Amino acid sequence: MSESVKKPILEVKDLKVHFPIKSSGGLRKKDAVIRAVDGISFDVYPGETLGIVGESGCGKSTTVRAIAQLTKPTSGQVIFQGKDLCKVSKHELLMARQNIQMIFQDPYASLDPRMTVRSIIAEPLIIYNKRHLLPKELSPLEIETRVEDLMERVGLNKAFKNRYPHEFSGGQRQRIGIARALALNPEVILADEPVSALDVSIQAQILNLLRELQKELGLTFLFIAHDLAVIQYISDKVCVMYLGKIVETSESVELYSNPVHPYTKALLSAAPIPDPEVERKRRRIILTGDVPSPDKEHVGCYFYDRCPNKMDKCKNHIPPMFTVGPHHNCACWQLEEKFPLAESEK
Amino acid sequence: MIDKNSKVILDVKGLKTYFKTDAGIVKAVDGIDFTVHQGETLGIVGESGCGKSVTNLSVMRLIQSPPGKTVAGEVMFQGTDLLKISEAEMRNVRGNKISMIFQDPMTSLNPFLKISTQMIETIRLHEKNVSKAEALSRSIEMLKKVGIPGAEKRIFCYPHQFSGGMRQRVMIAMALSCNANLLIADEPTTALDVTIQAQILELIQKVNVEMKTAVILITHDLGVVAGMCDNVCVMYAGKIVEKAPTDKIYKFPAHPYTEGLIQSVPRMDKSGEKGKLFSIEGQPPNVIDLPPCCAFHPRCHKAIEGLCSRCNPPTHMLDEDHEVTCWLYGTDQEKSAALKEADARQASKEASK
Repeated sequence: MSESVKKPILEVKDLKVHFPIKSSGGLRKKDAVIRAVDGISFDVYPGETLGIVGESGCGKSTTVRAIAQLTKPTSGQVIFQGKDLCKVSKHELLMARQNIQMIFQDPYASLDPRMTVRSIIAEPLIIYNKRHLLPKELSPLEIETRVEDLMERVGLNKAFKNRYPHEFSGGQRQRIGIARALALNPEVILADEPVSALDVSIQAQILNLLRELQKELGLTFLFIAHDLAVIQYISDKVCVMYLGKIVETSESVELYSNPVHPYTKALLSAAPIPDPEVERKRRRIILTGDVPSPDKEHVGCYFYDRCPNKMDKCKNHIPPMFTVGPHHNCACWQLEEKFPLAESEK
Repeated sequence: MIDKNSKVILDVKGLKTYFKTDAGIVKAVDGIDFTVHQGETLGIVGESGCGKSVTNLSVMRLIQSPPGKTVAGEVMFQGTDLLKISEAEMRNVRGNKISMIFQDPMTSLNPFLKISTQMIETIRLHEKNVSKAEALSRSIEMLKKVGIPGAEKRIFCYPHQFSGGMRQRVMIAMALSCNANLLIADEPTTALDVTIQAQILELIQKVNVEMKTAVILITHDLGVVAGMCDNVCVMYAGKIVEKAPTDKIYKFPAHPYTEGLIQSVPRMDKSGEKGKLFSIEGQPPNVIDLPPCCAFHPRCHKAIEGLCSRCNPPTHMLDEDHEVTCWLYGTDQEKSAALKEADARQASKEASK
């Protein structure tokens, strides 16, 4: 992919999402803030899959929700088609959402149990049709055929369109969710852990389907998962998040073969590999402690408490992104000597 | 690790646990056999609903009845059949000799009681002559063993003050506090993050090696099994379809389901291979009123037409320790006999109509 020519379809710049928590009265009342996402930037290029990995509570889902403007970001920019979605009018946001659709994690909770499959998949079409936002007005019959096409496309029997979600298994429900996301012909799909609630054999079916759809429809994916193997399989580029920050970003192949950040290394070494021979030879980096609560403001490296190679500098200085290779950036002070920052970046 | 001569501590034979529902009888566990040796780690793998948890709840006699009932089989633990002893005797086995770690560390501790209260209760319930102070110091020692920093203070905390990984550690500490001979871990790391998962697995492994505790590890994660277990049972629709040492099962998976499972997981260490993932088509079967044939045949890519859909597959030993239940390994004699039986069954059905 030649990026000098290609322009990013979605740009995220210094995005921050902070949730205030109100403490309940008392004399020393002090409102704390959960820094779910604390200043992250990345670009997504058309036709590409960007994977975001990290442990629970690191802000992956919040990032995606902030991009779709389901959670209002505290600061930062989300630029899609030249417009900053954080600032646009309601109408323009609606137009943009036509091109940014979501697939959710839990196929049991994300489908309305009282709607039939047909009305679930047709809902986005009906909403946009009513407001005359579709490029071409659709008749009820056209909506019906579109629903049937979508069902067939995601591998559901169209004879099931009058059934309710509870009549389907987890994998099939996730297919319904995917069909709904595709209804408006979006360019970008935000997939928030779409396979983590599914069984292994079904997970492979859904991953294959998503890749096929991407090839066929030229979709751009922002794919969240906590399973490193899944992320590697599906992504072209990967961002590793920790406590609301991106600690390392790189092309998928490079990241898995040459991780630089100590957290990425630990994460990769902790993920079990389904092969006993490989498992026996591997040496685990076992991190001590748990992920700290994201409610304090950091003055140093976010990973300081758990890092096996911490230095004095890490305690009081937040590491910037060092460029390790082409498209490979990492925020760790250990890289300072080997890959010094350009003057302008300081 | 096991050596060949270590004695068998758990021997399950022909265990069947059925649930009565309005829709019919759910054969959650339908005739399974396995053994656990001292110091062994046995993995039970399968997808959700295949009966892995019910198997172990049956061993512990924790199946709610009604609707559930263990209808047949025996569970020999150190020479006694756990299914035949009285409830009082069984209470003595639970926790004392066999202890269990549950999947969800968030819900398996009592939120109203301090960790200290819960741990002391556990110890004193099983060993009547231990004083409270003694039990407390033993609990603190256990917490230290599982790596909880500042155990002397943290023991007086409530469960909500602990993170998920720490709560799971408390669960393990409680499970180990009575020096059980067998530890049943039901998806102990499913609710945890990878880095915490690595910590917990290492802890279980340490217990297994140091205290010679046998472990039954129930999981759906093939990666966890590969790193932890000596032997593996693969379950599908209430039956064990393949049983073998871990190395063999990953290298030479004999049952098409095992093969499919192993191949359908994306492999992190084999980057670059980004072709289509192998996937097992279709859905896991509904276990209500399964027909007398291989439950996997509608999804199987190697199914033999007219045979797998009609007859129950036989169990064969491929090796001294590799057992598989599949028609691919059936002899011609077995096949013709089974087909004859199926014909007879069909004929009698038609006759009764």
